Amino acid sequence: MEQQQEKLKEIARQIRRNIIEMLTESQSGHPGGSLSAVEILTTLYFREMKVDPANPRWSERDRFVLGKGHAAPALFATLAEKGFFPREELLTLRKINSRLQGHPDMKKLPGIDMSTGSLGQGLSAAVGMGLAGKLDNKDYRIYALLGDGEIEEGQVWEATMAAAHYKLDNLTAFVDSNGLQIDGPCTEVMSPYPIAPKFAAFGWHVEEIDGHSLEEISAAIARAKEIKDKPTVIVARTIKGKGVSFMENEVGWHGNAPSEEQAKQALAELV
Amino acid sequence: MEKMATRDAYGKALVKLGEQNSNVVVLDADLAKSTKTIEFKKKFPERFFDMGIAEQNLMGTAAGLAASGKIPFASTFAIFATGRAFEQIRNSIAYPHLNVKIAASHAGLTVGEDGASHQAIADIALMRVLPQMKVIVPADGIEAEKAVLAVAEMDGPVYIRLGRSKVPIIYAEDYQFELGKASIIKEGQDVALLACGIMVAEALKAAEELAKEGISARVINMASIKPLDKEAVVAAARDTGAVVTAEEHNIIGGLGSAVAEVLGENVPVPLERVGVSDTFGESGKPQDLLEKYGLTAKHIQEAAYRVLNRKRDV
Repeated sequence: MEQQQEKLKEIARQIRRNIIEMLTESQSGHPGGSLSAVEILTTLYFREMKVDPANPRWSERDRFVLGKGHAAPALFATLAEKGFFPREELLTLRKINSRLQGHPDMKKLPGIDMSTGSLGQGLSAAVGMGLAGKLDNKDYRIYALLGDGEIEEGQVWEATMAAAHYKLDNLTAFVDSNGLQIDGPCTEVMSPYPIAPKFAAFGWHVEEIDGHSLEEISAAIARAKEIKDKPTVIVARTIKGKGVSFMENEVGWHGNAPSEEQAKQALAELV
Repeated sequence: MEKMATRDAYGKALVKLGEQNSNVVVLDADLAKSTKTIEFKKKFPERFFDMGIAEQNLMGTAAGLAASGKIPFASTFAIFATGRAFEQIRNSIAYPHLNVKIAASHAGLTVGEDGASHQAIADIALMRVLPQMKVIVPADGIEAEKAVLAVAEMDGPVYIRLGRSKVPIIYAEDYQFELGKASIIKEGQDVALLACGIMVAEALKAAEELAKEGISARVINMASIKPLDKEAVVAAARDTGAVVTAEEHNIIGGLGSAVAEVLGENVPVPLERVGVSDTFGESGKPQDLLEKYGLTAKHIQEAAYRVLNRKRDV
C-alpha cells in the first residue's frame, strides 16, 4: 500500500513536470487548473480506471470526461504516462498539425473519451455515457472532472438533475475546487459555493475531500462505488498551481505559460 | 389530396427504426406528444429518455450516448434545438462528429398561433453553417419517413427539419430519399423553382398556374440542403436561365442563400428568393401567416414573373 502511494506520488510529480515542460514549449495553455487536478487524474488512471492503452476504444473501459477542458495538459501528460501515445509527443501541444489540441479532441488523440473545452458541456456527455452503460447492462464507470468556476454554467445543473433522475450510480463527478477563475476568486466573480449542498439537494451522494490527498481520493471513489441509485460528486479542495510555489493560488497563472527561467525554477521544485 | 405532417411521419419512422435496430435511442425535452417521439416511447420505453425542459443537456446527453455506440435521435422544437442548444450542437456533436440525429419539429411560421417566439426561421442557417453537419428539410410525410430511415444508416450528425402542419403528400410510397440528391418533380425549360419543405407543394401549384400561361417551370425539391446537389442547381440554371427559391425560413442563410452561392460561383443567372423577408412572424393560423409573409404558390408565381423579366433583360 505504502509502496503504491509512493509510486503514485512519483507519477504525479512526473505529470507536473510534463505540464510545465509542455506549456513552456508551447508558450500557451493553462498551468493553474492543470496542476490542481494532478492527484485526481493520477488516482483515476493509475489506480482506479479500467483502461487499455493498446485498445483505447475498448468497449468495456471506464470513461473519463474532462469538463474543464482547459486542463488538457494534465490529461495529456497523464495519458502519455499511461502509454496511450509517446511522451515525446507532449511537446507538440497546441502546435500546428499536433494531435494535442488546446482542448481535448476525441477524434485526434487516443484515450480521449469526449471532446470538451466549452465549459459546462462535459457532464451532459457523461450522463449520456452513464445511460448507455445502464442500457447495455455494462459495469463500466464514468468519471467527469469539473472546475468550480465551470459549475457556474447552467447546463451543469441540467445534467446534475438528469443524472439523479436516471439514478446514474455509475457516474462519479469530481469538482476541482481550486477557488479561482480567470477574472479572480470565484467568491468575487460569481460564487458557486457552497458546492456540496447544491449537489446534495439535487439528489447526489456527496463526498468532500482534500483533492491533493491520494488516500482521500481513493477512499472517496471506493465509497462512490458502493452507493446505489445515486450519482456521486467528490468535491475536492485543491490549490490552483499546486506544486509550483510561485503559481500556487495565483489567479495570474490561470492561462499563462511560464518563461524558460520560470520553468527552470518550477522544475527545480518538482523533484 | 392526402395530407400528413412530417412530424407524424417521423413518429412512424422511429417505431420502424426501433424494431430494426436496438441501438436506436430517442431523447426529447418534454415535447414528446408534439414531436411525436411518444410513438417510440410507447413501444420502447427503456430506450426513450425524457430530458425535461433542458435542451442544452438534451444535446450533450445525446452526444454521450453516441460516444457510447448508440444512435440517438434528439427531438424538440426547431427553435430550441438549434437556438437554445446551438453551441452544444456545435461543440459536443458536430465538432467530434458524433452520430446524433437532431430531428426538430414545429419549424417555420406554420407553428402558427404560438407566435414569433416559437417560429424557427433561422434554423437551416444555423445548422448549415456547422462543419460536418448535414441538413435535410423533407417535403412531405413520405420523404420525412424515408429520410429518417436513411440517416439512421449513416454515421455522423444530421439535422432534420420537421413541421407541425399537415402538408400534401407529393411522393409515392416507393420514393427513395438520397442525401445530396435533389429530386426533380416536374420538368420545365423556362424557369426553375427550387423549394424545400412545405414550399415544394406550393411550387408545384405555382408551376401549374404558370403552365396555364405557357410558361414551363421545372420544380425541384431541394430536401438535402447540405450537402446540396450542386449539379442539379447548375443544370437548372443552365437549362432555364432563371431561378426561384422557396423556403419557410428567413431568405438569409437558408436554401435561397445556398442556391445563390452555387449560382454565383458557377452560373450567375437571375435569382429570386421567396421566404420570410428578414422579419419575425406573429401569432395566427398557419395559412394566414403564409399569406401575410409571402409564402404561397401565388408569391412563387409572382417571383417567377420577376425573374423571367430579368432574364429577358440580361
